[in-house]
Amino acid sequence: MSPDLLKLIFGRLTIESLPLHEPIVVGTFAVVATGGLVMFAGLTYFRVWGYLWREWFTSVDHKRIGIMYMILGIVMLLRGFADALMMRLQQALAFGGSEGYLNAHHYDQVFTAHGVIMIFFVAMPLVTGLMNFVVPLQIGARDVSFPFLNNFSFWMTVGGAVLVMASLFIGEFARTGWLAYPPLSNIGYSPDVGVDYYIWGLQVAGVGTTLSGINLICTIVKLRAPGMTMMRMPVFTWTSLCTNVLIVASFPVLTVVLALLSLDRYVGTNFFTNDFGGSPMMYVNLIWIWGHPEVYILVLPAFGIFSEVTSTFSGKRLFGYTSMVYATVVITILSYLVWLHHFFTMGSGASVNSFFGITTMIISIPTGAKMFNWLFTMYRGRIRFELPMMWTIAFMLTFVLGGMTGVLLAVPPADFVLHNSLFLIAHFHNVIIGGVVFGAFAGIGYWFPKAFGFKLDPFWGKLSFWFWVTGFYLAFMPLYVLGLMGVTRRLRVFDDPGLQIWFIVAGIGAFLVFLGILSMLMQFAVSFLKREQLKDVTGDPWDARTLEWATSSPPPAYNFAFTPVVHDNDAWWDMKKRGYVRPLLGFKPIHMPSNTSTGIILAGFATAMGFGLIWYIWWLAAASFIALLAVGIGHTFNYQRDFDIPADEVIRTEDARTKLLAGAK
Amino acid sequence: MNTDTHAAHADHHHDDNSHGSLSTYLLGFVLSVVLTAIPFWLVMSGALPSKQITALVIMAFAVVQIVVHMIYFLHMNTKSENGWSMMALIFTIVMVVIALSGSLWVMSHLNSNMMPIHQMTGMK
Repeated sequence: MSPDLLKLIFGRLTIESLPLHEPIVVGTFAVVATGGLVMFAGLTYFRVWGYLWREWFTSVDHKRIGIMYMILGIVMLLRGFADALMMRLQQALAFGGSEGYLNAHHYDQVFTAHGVIMIFFVAMPLVTGLMNFVVPLQIGARDVSFPFLNNFSFWMTVGGAVLVMASLFIGEFARTGWLAYPPLSNIGYSPDVGVDYYIWGLQVAGVGTTLSGINLICTIVKLRAPGMTMMRMPVFTWTSLCTNVLIVASFPVLTVVLALLSLDRYVGTNFFTNDFGGSPMMYVNLIWIWGHPEVYILVLPAFGIFSEVTSTFSGKRLFGYTSMVYATVVITILSYLVWLHHFFTMGSGASVNSFFGITTMIISIPTGAKMFNWLFTMYRGRIRFELPMMWTIAFMLTFVLGGMTGVLLAVPPADFVLHNSLFLIAHFHNVIIGGVVFGAFAGIGYWFPKAFGFKLDPFWGKLSFWFWVTGFYLAFMPLYVLGLMGVTRRLRVFDDPGLQIWFIVAGIGAFLVFLGILSMLMQFAVSFLKREQLKDVTGDPWDARTLEWATSSPPPAYNFAFTPVVHDNDAWWDMKKRGYVRPLLGFKPIHMPSNTSTGIILAGFATAMGFGLIWYIWWLAAASFIALLAVGIGHTFNYQRDFDIPADEVIRTEDARTKLLAGAK
Repeated sequence: MNTDTHAAHADHHHDDNSHGSLSTYLLGFVLSVVLTAIPFWLVMSGALPSKQITALVIMAFAVVQIVVHMIYFLHMNTKSENGWSMMALIFTIVMVVIALSGSLWVMSHLNSNMMPIHQMTGMK
């Protein structure tokens, strides 16, 4: 075939694009491919593809979509954490003339991929998954407002993750750092596909995130059970509402910034170039207008989880509900007023820097108020140290530390010394791991019995907890020290041998976290094997307070046979106190949305389009785009969107629950 | 406990008051046309003495145009959707004002402090 024809068919994708010269990548590929093949063969052998397709992939049930988000988050955590281990190992080795084991080309991809994956494909899916699963149950709804959209959003997120993962074996990933600042990310300095993988991975996933934000806002505003006024909503629902408002308000900014960067790269515009009137500083400014709200998008739901967990395991109503709600709302607004603290050193001058320094310090006030609310909830409570509560206490200690180093960084003169140093790295890992990750784990432990009908095994859970917490401190406290000594981030080799010991300690910490992750996987496996012993028949294993515990574990497809009526903040606690009797008669058919494969098909075409654009395979991009439109329009003519669960099926499900409950007593 | 809110969800809202009538649509249409025609005429005829004034007047017309669209085509008022529309609008305006004015402030500083000398003509 002629080179021209090859170019027409494959764009810039050639056999040289495969990283066959990188033994580490080839080895990883061999392991991943073997694992993938084994899994594929296993699923085929046990004939579960049909089941997965019908019951999960095409499902519009918010509970199943929530669980799939969590699985995506945990799988991507393994990838993101592998990157982290590689960096820790490289930095512990590369002293005294040693180059370590990663070359610069590979190392730069590793730290970029680590950041991108951990934020967009670990933290976001975990948070979105928990909100998806919990919010409709907590407000007494049968599903989200737009169930099909929910399925589509999930698959778009997967599509983005697939593109990022594909970059490992086909071509390469960006070498620019996780926010891809120009001019480095412009076509002149990054001519290869790395930045394009970054752009299209995030654009595809971003569609999913934005749509799921709209969906959950609408759900919370429109589908609350009768009697649940705004000020009677559970705190997790409140923080979810604020998080999704932040998503809808900020993700379009990211979309536009990345679109402008793509225009610079693809058609030669000059938005962010050095010449012809472009300004790379504008990119930094715009991306942090998205970026700062993003960290609150992640941490607000975690605050909600800690509120639910603290009040449940202290056996008390949450202290200061109203102040908690207002603190959340104030954080939502303030998170838009602090973005410049990410680039104090870019040269804005004293007035601008002082303004943003002060707003940054102010934001710690509502956060501090929340901390006191949790402490006062625990005060004189009958605290049960179950796993979710342990994560919560670890969060309180760790997050306060991270918050204090954050306030330190908010002082512009201090930031001039600490900017871009390992002190900053230690700070944001301190708040993201201590806040978001611990929050997600508390949430997983807390709602797992609701999702699957059995509790998680406490032994492996506690092992995982102690590995994670000690590992975290060992891994990041040395980075604070190194940062104060002036070590900057993203370095590959070091000259000063005196620093090595700190990096070795940090490496040991990362290894402990690795054991923590393994224990957590072990915990899932052991809990599954011991599921009969750990079974939750009551639907309310923690003696909890909010509506999701009023239904069975796992909840039926329709969540509640009858929509509950709410009279109090802690609706389920109030129902239990008033001697609530579960209705056994009068069931009616329940109107539900039907499953559809349109979401996964649309997301598949979107991913193919992204792939075509990355490799300049224009026919693929154009064909997928047309297919995307055709399927999207075609779906509007699909009128089989809903069905009724017949009354006798509802009766059968509810009778089974009655028997279970009777057996439990 | 037996309130079946499901029926309320399925049948969707028929709050006709928030949807316009033919006359309000026509009024909105005429207003939009007028508000578009005047700026067009201002530019074509050069009726105003300076370009800067013309630009400012056009901006003012654009703002009025946005309000007309929101009232006559998007049916925004303080009561629609239990006040949620108004709340969302206020929030949006706050966000947009913060992002735009903040960016202008930040970028003007960065521009005057950090850009190469030859681009600083006209800057203080």
